[in-house]
Amino acid sequence: MQLITGLGFVLIIIGIWGMLTRKNMVKIVLGFSLVDTGIHIIMVSIGYIKGKTAPILNEAVNKAKALQEVVDPVPSVLVLTAIVIGLAVTALMLVYVVRLHKEKNSMQIDDHGELEW
Amino acid sequence: MGKRIFVIITLALFVYISLPLVLDFIPTQQLSYVSQKYVQDGPEEVGAQNLVTAIIVTYRGLDTLGEVAVLFIATAGIGFILSRKKWRKRKKRSSSSILQTGTQVLLPLIIMFGIYVFTNGHLTPGGGFQGGVIIASGILVYILASPKNKFKDFLISLTESISGFGYVLLGLLGLILAAGFLDNSILPLGKFGRLFSAGAIPLIYSLIGLKVGSELVNILKYLRRD
Repeated sequence: MQLITGLGFVLIIIGIWGMLTRKNMVKIVLGFSLVDTGIHIIMVSIGYIKGKTAPILNEAVNKAKALQEVVDPVPSVLVLTAIVIGLAVTALMLVYVVRLHKEKNSMQIDDHGELEW
Repeated sequence: MGKRIFVIITLALFVYISLPLVLDFIPTQQLSYVSQKYVQDGPEEVGAQNLVTAIIVTYRGLDTLGEVAVLFIATAGIGFILSRKKWRKRKKRSSSSILQTGTQVLLPLIIMFGIYVFTNGHLTPGGGFQGGVIIASGILVYILASPKNKFKDFLISLTESISGFGYVLLGLLGLILAAGFLDNSILPLGKFGRLFSAGAIPLIYSLIGLKVGSELVNILKYLRRD
């Protein structure tokens, strides 16, 4: 699983790079979304245990031996929560972009300098 | 130019501080202490096949309530930002007949699948959040197919309020009738692995599904009003 962790890390780096260098506001939101996804991948890979299966105790998993057969359910829970929050926050940011675009008819972040300090 | 150097330095520092996390990462060999407790006692205490659901709805139910609240606040913020001024009305074209006919076939199926996903959240991979998103995607197809139709605002807000209120009410019932807030044993646990089992979990997850679905439909509604 180290490969997956590394890939998630690379995704986070790409996202931060995108947020810092791009001028188009939609691309900045995309960068944020990439960071979000990278963190989810890392969290899931932390919970994964090699050769074990999903924490659902149906016919495939023996209830008595569940401790030896399932992966860690807690990171999955955290990621499920984080995905929904990420969706809401991304939607909110895109709506900010729509609003700013309506205001000045420009997608470039340099044209919206009123709050710069 | 100075900005670019600043960006490179920031990225390099970030890589430097978090590279050890990746390089020295030891894959998990066994469940952590908390997870061991959840996996061992979950089936008897909660009665849900899907342990992720057991943790989300019962053990960490308060977090889920907070999460739904965050979703609600984000939706309210979107409505606030988009509805302050009257925008210039854009002309809406009607969609093609292929999309319209396809929607008539697909819309009931998509909504039925969404309901299936959130009522079976305690047995199979799935649950309220996923089911709600599936329902909202069905509504999106409907919006694309008939852009001129208006929503019944009252119906959406009614679903949203009743599901949110019912969720908190079930939690408070757990406080009175059982061990604590959002305890699922206010209803009998039933036979392990059946649809009507795991106490109040199917009920709570259905309410979460309706809440998330109506919340996302609200977002779509606000975004269309341009």
